[in-house]
Amino acid sequence: MAGAAANSSFLQNLGKIYAIYTGSFAGFVIFLGILEFFGVPDKILGYLFIFLTIGVYALIGILSRTAEVSEYYVAGRSVPALYNGMATGADWMSAASFIGMAGSLYFGGYDGLAFVLGWTGGYVLVSILMAPYLRKFGQFTVPDFCGARYGGNAARTLAVIILISASFVYVVAQIVGVGIITSRFLGLDFKVACFVGLIGILVCSMLGGMKAVTWTQVAQYIILIIAYLIPVVIMSAQVTGVPIPQLMYGQALEKIAALETTLGVAKGHVAAFADARGNFNMTSAINFFALILCLMVGTASLPHILMRYFTTPSVRQARDSVGWSLFFIFLLYFTAPAYAAFAKLEVYQNIIGQPITALPTWIASWGKPGLALVGACDAANAAEIFPICRGVTGNGDGILQLSEFRIHPDAIVLATPEIAGLPYVVAGLVAAGGLAAALSTADGLLLAIANALSHDIYYKMIDPNADTKRRLVISRVLLSIVAVLAAYVSGTLGADILFLVSWAFSIAASGLFAALVLGIWWKRAGDASGVASMLVGYGVCMFFLITTEFYGPAMKAALGDIVTIVNIRGRQVAYLWGINNISVGIFGIPAAFLAQWVVQKFTAEASPEMQDFIDSIRVPAGDVRLAPGMSAKD
Amino acid sequence: MSKKLSQEEMQAYWGKTSKLMWTILALWFFFSFVVHFFALSLNEIRVLGFPLGFYMAAQGSLIAFVVLCFWNASAQNKIDEEFGVSDE
Repeated sequence: MAGAAANSSFLQNLGKIYAIYTGSFAGFVIFLGILEFFGVPDKILGYLFIFLTIGVYALIGILSRTAEVSEYYVAGRSVPALYNGMATGADWMSAASFIGMAGSLYFGGYDGLAFVLGWTGGYVLVSILMAPYLRKFGQFTVPDFCGARYGGNAARTLAVIILISASFVYVVAQIVGVGIITSRFLGLDFKVACFVGLIGILVCSMLGGMKAVTWTQVAQYIILIIAYLIPVVIMSAQVTGVPIPQLMYGQALEKIAALETTLGVAKGHVAAFADARGNFNMTSAINFFALILCLMVGTASLPHILMRYFTTPSVRQARDSVGWSLFFIFLLYFTAPAYAAFAKLEVYQNIIGQPITALPTWIASWGKPGLALVGACDAANAAEIFPICRGVTGNGDGILQLSEFRIHPDAIVLATPEIAGLPYVVAGLVAAGGLAAALSTADGLLLAIANALSHDIYYKMIDPNADTKRRLVISRVLLSIVAVLAAYVSGTLGADILFLVSWAFSIAASGLFAALVLGIWWKRAGDASGVASMLVGYGVCMFFLITTEFYGPAMKAALGDIVTIVNIRGRQVAYLWGINNISVGIFGIPAAFLAQWVVQKFTAEASPEMQDFIDSIRVPAGDVRLAPGMSAKD
Repeated sequence: MSKKLSQEEMQAYWGKTSKLMWTILALWFFFSFVVHFFALSLNEIRVLGFPLGFYMAAQGSLIAFVVLCFWNASAQNKIDEEFGVSDE
């Protein structure tokens, strides 16, 4: 077949193809730089960047269209370890990582490093506990494994419910990210921008499923990592003379520490577990470690990540691929603290204490209405020039004090090109990178949700006799429905929901981690114990999520001193023992393990056939020996 | 080449695999949690301007995680080859 031949020549020439792609992209950026030099307006450059990159993703999506079930669900299990690593990197790093994380580090200092640690360390768990065994099992989805391991539809349905709860809140946050970037660079209304983003997402995934998403994600990773590194490398060269920001921001940290003393900042940037006055604080330490645990365990449980390891040609490559994934993710995450440090140094050195009339120009350009990401709030009417200043009263002495300076977290990455005095084309590049990050994550999540519905619910439970054509039509229809629904929710709820990302980790960690790990590592665990584990873990997590978020005062009345009320997101949110409710997984994860262990004490062990099946997935070579009742492959 | 392992071989294979898993899990725990318990004291030490406690959370532990993943892959490959059950 011509298609198969083209496919294999594509796989043999991956290196060449992506090298040409990277070169063309660099040429495209230089070309836009020349256009800018000749006076083409910024807005047109912004449009060219966004539509040309989406156009490339669409082209890859169309070229990767497929009519085969295994290509649609697992990219034909032909993705080499290195490329699967890049695709996982793009799948993993969302708008929150690309734009938001440096901002959290700017404000949180050491505390923000919980995200850097939590969003990397989980891959060690994926590598040793999960990926190779799920790959050997060799079916299509994570609920497939739960259903096969724990005796059928009850376990499968629970896994689907947990998958959808975690992935849907996550995908909504991604579309919000796409909306923020497109509305900012194209000047569109936020709701319209969410639907523009939706088109970008659907063209990548609809025709080719996992195959198309994989090859688009590789392309998106290349753009996002180039876009992330270039501004901060140049900034580092300017500030320290050496273009290696990851090593050189130590110098910036030293200068920041000195300036903190001069400016009277009580809580230092590098101070660990400190309260606002800079003293050691136990609650802050507990929250730091609780968040790390939830994010790491969540990493090892999120289905859109685990399913990426179903696509490698072998178990061995699945393991290598986890290493590559983490390496590609690491490149961005160990750079984020450098962004935060250089931005803080710029602010402390060149902004605070300056006359309002002598501020650098980036303050005015990023502070104007429409962007409103920074503000110099000295004069009483500062809010007219800088909308972000609303509610801040300056002393009007013409000098900018620390308390009069406002900056939005997103500004750290977005404004760095301009802080470093780079041409607008670099700012456009950063926008394209942020868009690539948000689109690629949204693609992976939507596919995970649509596959759970079409494969696990429709094919496995409703119509097991459906033919290939019908299954693929159903998958595509469901994908589009879920995508439109997610875009609608994003457009309606708006930008205040990015904290949902952290919830997704707690939900997945509580519901799936124990059942998956014990399913592989505890041979005797029987059907009832697995079902109990998912039910209790998910139930406990959702119970604490909903009660702490929406019934804070009632909880305080019932439980008294162990509850602290914190006013955030326009609500009175309850913190149990001072623990921030984004880390509710801290209750759900142990509950799931405990439930599985207790129920196992009183119910039947796994059958000998089931134990033989587990032995067969523990070893890379040989057939998977399915137990009675499990359906054969595909 | 691939073959079905006998009961004893399977036990020996899984014993070695489990031992590797527990070793890496312990190192993971150390770099995820234990080392950061000492962040306050480590911050007294400075390397290239970085307070060491901050450095470990921003970079040191991350490098350790990457190394652990690749180390697990290569050590498990050796075990697979020793028992002749590699799938490549």
